[in-house]
Amino acid sequence: MNRLMSSIQSLTTTRTPIEVSGIRKLFFSQEMVLFLCIIFLLVFVGLINPRFVSNRNLISLFLGNAYIAVAAIGMSMVIISGNIDISVGSLIGVLATVSGILAESGYPIIISWIAPLLLGILVNGVMGVLVAYLRIPSIVVSLGFMSILKGGLIIFTGGAWISNLPEGYALSQLKPFAIPMPIYFMVILTILAALWMKVSPFGRTIYAVGGNSEAARLSGIDPKSTVLRIFLIHGFFVGIASVLFSTQLSVIQSTVPSYLELTIITASVVGGVSILGGTGTVVGSTLAAVLIATISSSMIFINISPFWLRSAQGVLILATVLADLYRRRRQFRN
Amino acid sequence: MMGVAKRMKISHEAVLFAILIGSILMLSIQSDRFLTVDNLLNQVRLIAEVGLVALPMTMIIITGGIDLSVGSIMGLCTIVLGYSWKILGFPLEMAIIFTLLIGSFAGALNSIFITRVKVPPLIMTLATLTFYRGLAEGISRSRSVRGYPEWFYFLGQGDYWGIPTQVFVLVLAILIFWFVLSKTSFGRSLYAIGHNETGAMFSGVPVNKIKVAIYTLSGLMSGVAAVVFVSRVSTTRSDMGSGLELDVIAAVILGGASIFGGIGTIKGTVLGFLLIQLLKNGLSLTGVKGDATIMVIGLVLIVTILITNLLEKYSSKDSSVS
Repeated sequence: MNRLMSSIQSLTTTRTPIEVSGIRKLFFSQEMVLFLCIIFLLVFVGLINPRFVSNRNLISLFLGNAYIAVAAIGMSMVIISGNIDISVGSLIGVLATVSGILAESGYPIIISWIAPLLLGILVNGVMGVLVAYLRIPSIVVSLGFMSILKGGLIIFTGGAWISNLPEGYALSQLKPFAIPMPIYFMVILTILAALWMKVSPFGRTIYAVGGNSEAARLSGIDPKSTVLRIFLIHGFFVGIASVLFSTQLSVIQSTVPSYLELTIITASVVGGVSILGGTGTVVGSTLAAVLIATISSSMIFINISPFWLRSAQGVLILATVLADLYRRRRQFRN
Repeated sequence: MMGVAKRMKISHEAVLFAILIGSILMLSIQSDRFLTVDNLLNQVRLIAEVGLVALPMTMIIITGGIDLSVGSIMGLCTIVLGYSWKILGFPLEMAIIFTLLIGSFAGALNSIFITRVKVPPLIMTLATLTFYRGLAEGISRSRSVRGYPEWFYFLGQGDYWGIPTQVFVLVLAILIFWFVLSKTSFGRSLYAIGHNETGAMFSGVPVNKIKVAIYTLSGLMSGVAAVVFVSRVSTTRSDMGSGLELDVIAAVILGGASIFGGIGTIKGTVLGFLLIQLLKNGLSLTGVKGDATIMVIGLVLIVTILITNLLEKYSSKDSSVS
């Protein structure tokens, strides 16, 4: 995995040319490419089918996918540090169910919102200890946890749906100033996390540990505790994502959403790959999450048969990764 | 150094073997239907697909790569089989060959991007996991194909002298992969790539060609698994094989292969997937509900690696003392 990760990192290290003007740098950044892709799609599909850019569609597009962007923030940190977490989809399924059960059985609503956060931090803390201190590769730990969480959920709930949710539970359906709550969470958390990773000393150590763990250790950083803390933070974001997910509909299916971990990892990789050299990081993963959602939604609006949806998604993911590789190599040559 | 490495490998397989024996004993006490020849042979039927795909996956993981797209290739291949036979009107023999070709091609496509464009295997196969599954869904449009000729079911449901056909297929595949991995220069060069890819390249190992070979092989074996699977369940659906990649990777890692590359054996992988299937079967016989058994498998995976890591720590302490 280290090898895989280091190859991802060798891809992701921005070998920024020595003399580039700020504007050029901005224009060639991954974030800008993603942003332009989103704008292009909105304009292009909007011309074909104006209903695509209607307020209602755009809001439901963001609303339904904000939780993916929030989970991708933590995932990006985990990937930057040289690890991976493939259990995230299962954990979101479990935490959403826990939140729903607490709300259903009459606990105060605030508890059913906060418990998933604490539980998410706890579960990922255990994973972090296994990865950092007991030196089990993160892909193995998270593969194991995926099975444990998925199996545990089935034993515990038997697949029953939760529908007797109390009034006021639906955090995601609140709309301050006509904009749904998840969008605030997505935007504010992304900005805070991006600033924090860029400015705070701990934020910088995430890059240091992921770039070269040994060098980081020699310069006085404790890589083990850094990795553990990254997993704890990741757990926090997964917790928030779970609450956003569980409160967006008035029923919770108490199953693990299929392919969710892949969507989240894809958002991080597509948006996050080029983010090592100190530019805004999680901004990329959030934009990528939005782009992936826009792609899926736009295919419905230009009448592509839903049966071909997933293969088109696969091609677009690959195209984004290839475009990014090409762009970075050209930049490297200059 | 070699001594330590060798001792580590032995200790992992010993740990695994001990866990395997321990769980067989425990499960046979719990249920008297577990430790019967019929039941155990029948389990091979159920694990055949995972086993067939786990063999090339062992090779890929030894080189430090990974292939997440195997489940999707299997799904695509089941659809290609049904579609080319029923809709395109191929004779079934031709359809099977065509399916294996498509599987190999899907694996080769992964390898071309991995070797030529240098897309990391994790990302490349993540993209094709989505893409191949999407092709399966697009081609099939959620329709299933049934009603294959009687002889076709022999592969998945028949037996020779009471031994399921899959046992022969799987044992043959295991022997071939074991031979290639441990007795040929091709096999040795996989370890070389896993230990130090640049070093291997400079010592004249054709790294790219070998990678193309193993990812293509992985696609081919996913195609074989698809044919066996369709023959066993008598139908094709586009969601077949979803999640297969995780079972397969779990089996390989449980078998002691290092995800960092350079370490892994066919013997370990075989022990790995046998343990997974026996646990699944034994637990369901003792009354644990179907999907819940995966919880135990997750625990076993982590605990086994943990024990091996601890043993490794102590054995390396020993060697530093001596």
